[in-house]
Amino acid sequence: MSTAQVSPEPPAPAKSPRSGSPFARDEMIRVGAIALGLLVIVILVPAIFSLYYVDALTQVVVYAIVALGLGVLVGRVGLVSLGQAAVLAIGAWVAARLLFGSGLPFELVLLISGLITMVIGTCVGLPALRLRGLYLALITLMLAGAITVALATLNFPNGGHGFSGYNGAFVHIPAIRRPGIATSDRAYFRYSIIVAALMFLVVLGHLRSKPGRAWAAIRQSESAALAAGINTTLYKLWAFALASFVTGVAGGVLAGAQQYLYSINFQTQDSITLLAVVLMGGAYSMWGAIVAGLLLELLPAILNNIGVSPDWLTILFGIGVLQVLTTAPRGIVEQFPRDMARLYRAITGAARRSSGRSATS
Amino acid sequence: MIEVAGLTVRFGGVTSLDGMDVTFDAGTCGLIGPNGAGKTTFFNVLSGFVRPASGTVSAFGENLLSMPHFRRARWGVRRTFQTEQAIEQLSVFDNVAMIHEHSKLSRSSRRQDTLGAIAIVGIQAEPSAPVQTLSAGERRLVEIARAIVGRPKIVLLDEPAAGLPDEETLDLGRVIRSIPEHTDAQVILVDHDMSLVSGCCERTAVLDFGRLITSGTTAEVLRDERVVRAYLGDEAAA
Repeated sequence: MSTAQVSPEPPAPAKSPRSGSPFARDEMIRVGAIALGLLVIVILVPAIFSLYYVDALTQVVVYAIVALGLGVLVGRVGLVSLGQAAVLAIGAWVAARLLFGSGLPFELVLLISGLITMVIGTCVGLPALRLRGLYLALITLMLAGAITVALATLNFPNGGHGFSGYNGAFVHIPAIRRPGIATSDRAYFRYSIIVAALMFLVVLGHLRSKPGRAWAAIRQSESAALAAGINTTLYKLWAFALASFVTGVAGGVLAGAQQYLYSINFQTQDSITLLAVVLMGGAYSMWGAIVAGLLLELLPAILNNIGVSPDWLTILFGIGVLQVLTTAPRGIVEQFPRDMARLYRAITGAARRSSGRSATS
Repeated sequence: MIEVAGLTVRFGGVTSLDGMDVTFDAGTCGLIGPNGAGKTTFFNVLSGFVRPASGTVSAFGENLLSMPHFRRARWGVRRTFQTEQAIEQLSVFDNVAMIHEHSKLSRSSRRQDTLGAIAIVGIQAEPSAPVQTLSAGERRLVEIARAIVGRPKIVLLDEPAAGLPDEETLDLGRVIRSIPEHTDAQVILVDHDMSLVSGCCERTAVLDFGRLITSGTTAEVLRDERVVRAYLGDEAAA
């Protein structure tokens, strides 16, 4: 039997239907504005803020990348992972080991730690092929716990020899090296912004192309995705691979930022807090990742600075997640502009009414 | 052409399909039956979501049951679902192009095939419009465009008119009737709207309790006493 192709003369569309094209014209303006904003941040932030806040903002950048990866899993594919903080720890460990044990350029170390973390993180994602929702969350949390325990036993490299690179010394511990062009804290902040921008571009490239569309289909309905010819196994693992890669790179940036890594700083419950801030920021938007980073790292820094214990944040995040789940499932990134627009309308409306009254009186 | 022989599906103690034997000839065929008769289960077997306990399904000479589920779509099994499945975040174009993207078809024909399928179903909205801005009727058309883009071999329409107002059902009927003009696919239409089924399908098969009770031309089948009894009960048939 012959097969005829469905192809009558298509109507000429008024504009390009490839809304997915990364270089549509109105998009160029947005890209330009974002690039300009980045440039301003890179130049102004280190010049204006104290070292305390520059360091805190470097942490924000690191966790924004981690939140970006988790956002891909939760927001785009619908896979809840509670193991991302452990994946970050793996990235940091690998980068630290390579930075102590080799003379490789920092950029190459970031890439390698991203790739190694990608392989391990994809294994963490293997249960996702069979499980979803609560059970997947639980399994990834358990795996994160196992990784945390393993890293606590292994310890983070501190300039020693052997596989672990740990020498048990408490004094004269060498700092993890930074890239030659960014040895100071302020320069390293700029460096981390550039790495983060690259990671956001990598993720954006995925979301705007075949994997992004496949993930959207899987999130909506796995059976419909299968019926559309999507290899759901491949794309779910791909999502874990991408999330783990960017998280691994973030781990590398973290190693350079902190310069001394201790396993006590990587707790299993960090993954839960991470998921909470990703939900609050907005898991469906890449901007949400930045908000998540700010919530997770800048807020505690501010509270510390004004003498309030950051432990209060756990309560605040709890209320925040409740608030988001009940009133704004798409997170602060969508709710905040909407509420501001509403406030603006309320103010201008009130002003108009009062001016109308004064005109008639 | 699809030949089904002895197809049996069991879910625990429930036999959903009970030795179903039927042949769907080229063109658009109807598949009707009361709720729970096994129509969607049959579609799920063709899509690969349900593994039958026994039986064979041969489509255009291929043993369909031996293919992994996602490969069936690539080979040419397309379907719509009772619940809406067009992807809300994506544009109309991306929704339809995605099916082409995951098939073996050449990339060079993707744009033209996609716009062609959108034109056939007659979606008024811009191809770049996100699906979440579309009406329920238009979303249904997007799903049908997804089912017919490229070179489908089998198109399964699972209650496409469910929940649509009469006017939109009429439009939908026109779209379904036009499918054979554009593709040689075997179309199987499941619906409870008998005017839609009789308007679109020359031949129709009837399932009841997982068994084929009759098949033939749609007009004959709808007059068949056994069909009336299956739908309305013994008293109405008497």
